[in-house]
Amino acid sequence: MRLSFSKTLITAVAALSIWGSASAAVDQINGAGATFPYPVYSKWAQAYQKKTGVRFNYQAIGSGGGIKQIEAKTVDFGASDAPLKKDELDKYGLLQFPMVMGGVVPVVHLKGIQPGKLRLDGKTLAEIYAGKITKWNAPAIKKLNPNLNLPNTDITVVHRSDGSGTTWNFTSYLTKVSEMWAKGPGHAKAVAWPTGVGGKGNQGVASYVNRIKNSIGYVEYAYALQNKMTYVSLKNKAGNFVQPTAANFQAAAANADWANAPGFYVVLTDQPGAKSWPITAATYILMYKKPQHPKTAQAVLKFFDWAYENGDKMAADLDYVPMPDSAVKLVHDKWHSQIKGDNGQPLWPVQQ
Amino acid sequence: MSDMTANPDEQRLAPERRAVGALGDRIFHGVTAASALLVLALIAGIAVSLVIGAWPALAKFGFGFLTSSQWNPVTDDFGALVAIFGTLVSSALAMAIAVPVSFGIALFVTELSPVWLRRPISTAIELLAAIPSIIYGMWGLFVFAPFLSDNVQPWLNDAFGDLPILGYLFSGPPIGIGVFTAGLVLAIMVIPFITAVMRDTFEVVPPVLKESSYALGATTWEVVRSVILPYTKTGVIGGIMLGLGRALGETMAVTFVIGNAHNIPNGLFYPGNSIAATLANEFTEASGGMYTSALIALGLVLFVITLIVLVLARLLLLQLSNQEGR
Repeated sequence: MRLSFSKTLITAVAALSIWGSASAAVDQINGAGATFPYPVYSKWAQAYQKKTGVRFNYQAIGSGGGIKQIEAKTVDFGASDAPLKKDELDKYGLLQFPMVMGGVVPVVHLKGIQPGKLRLDGKTLAEIYAGKITKWNAPAIKKLNPNLNLPNTDITVVHRSDGSGTTWNFTSYLTKVSEMWAKGPGHAKAVAWPTGVGGKGNQGVASYVNRIKNSIGYVEYAYALQNKMTYVSLKNKAGNFVQPTAANFQAAAANADWANAPGFYVVLTDQPGAKSWPITAATYILMYKKPQHPKTAQAVLKFFDWAYENGDKMAADLDYVPMPDSAVKLVHDKWHSQIKGDNGQPLWPVQQ
Repeated sequence: MSDMTANPDEQRLAPERRAVGALGDRIFHGVTAASALLVLALIAGIAVSLVIGAWPALAKFGFGFLTSSQWNPVTDDFGALVAIFGTLVSSALAMAIAVPVSFGIALFVTELSPVWLRRPISTAIELLAAIPSIIYGMWGLFVFAPFLSDNVQPWLNDAFGDLPILGYLFSGPPIGIGVFTAGLVLAIMVIPFITAVMRDTFEVVPPVLKESSYALGATTWEVVRSVILPYTKTGVIGGIMLGLGRALGETMAVTFVIGNAHNIPNGLFYPGNSIAATLANEFTEASGGMYTSALIALGLVLFVITLIVLVLARLLLLQLSNQEGR
């Protein structure tokens, strides 16, 4: 990733030169939160520890848990898939910035249907999840899939049983594309599901869909790939049927107007663009603007700076989408202008 | 009576030894009393903190919390009925299966089995009791649920689905995950506990009692009914209550197979939810004061249900011993 912003370049050089001395002061940083980015965070942590000796300890307890923990000040940073609104950030004096992006993907268990072959649009997906479409050969589904041989069987809906950032983004999409869903269950980390069974975590939903014949669920893209699941092709805002791929997540992410989003509050569902995957999501980091331990906060910032700089390939290997350079530049600006030490001096870039 | 037995001992002891012994006794008494009181303090502490945590929800929903089947984190509208229903029904199903089976195993092992078979069966039961509940949950989800879904539930659906009451028991989508599966897995989990307690109590029946009855010409069943059961009823009921307590509070295994859906099931094959499973699923992610408070209120409900079960067990025992006096 090439950064034109001179301050960041200087920062990177400065950070490199003082790694040795800083790691002596802070050798462990603690965070907790979303399960979605856990695979990429732990991969980054391994590489970072090898390089600097700083241990990055991340507990994947879920987005809600991450927010609770940072508000209780038991961790150095929190992580959430659902961004906090600006007023809640201000209430606790938190800064929020996006770290990496990915996609939420509907998956099905249907005999004889190849990944990406089944086509759905938002309205149909919402009606399936609302329990209004109950058979796989319902006219609405057949109309979208004239060439598929769909069985005359009941659909078993699988959703999350725990509150989750994945659900937050999934219901964000359903709320945008279906008036019925917006008036009914709505948009939240946990909603009152009208039908179906609940699995705990992405893994729980994946294993239910794998076990239950004729079921449909939604998981983060990485889980769909790891479990070799039959994902669905979705109709996006431009009216095209798109496949869940890193390139299509990137296309949706490119629409994000990070510069004009207060607190980086950006929802990437149902974005315009010919290739945009309609349920794309960013995952966020939460930190205090006036941290209790400025030295630890600097160590956290250095880790994330390193991840922005060197973590793209590792993220892409795990099917996440790295943040674009322009957004990283904005994040660095925010670090500089918002995160302050005890006497009000900016903690970023890290001074020797 | 203790004085009578203690006196001769004291006379044999040297005076200083007696003084140390008396002090030791007092310390021992104090320590044991403190331990016992600690339990009471803990119970009171748990009850108080549950009530405090649950208060916002109880104040908002009142008695309706127990009778509402709503569970909507978006509109902050919560009711415990679905979870209470799932907890009670899955536990009842578990007990309906586990109690007769455990009774049979315990009776066979203590009374009927050839001697060489007793130890292997007993050891197997103890091993079953030692398996962590999450293993039962995983087995339930990955092995048992697909088996039920493919081989058992479609057949039960066809055979009983249209009958009036049995129809309710055996209707719903044959997906292998639901209240029915949760009840079966719970039954398998509590059988070793109930069996172990029953076997131990059956074993302490004095042989002379049984032999006398046999000598009078009683059949094995008559000995079981008229000698063993009356002699061991406290232990048997204790074992059942232990199993019921475990079934009510079981968390991980149920979470895996009950389906975690906040809807009153239209049949036992439908997914439902239990109190413990709801807490396990939602507590870490619950955002907002009312949501957390409603979950703590659910915990309080489970606490009260367990208390009621224990009180009923006591009353049952009391009534049995009253009948004995007649």
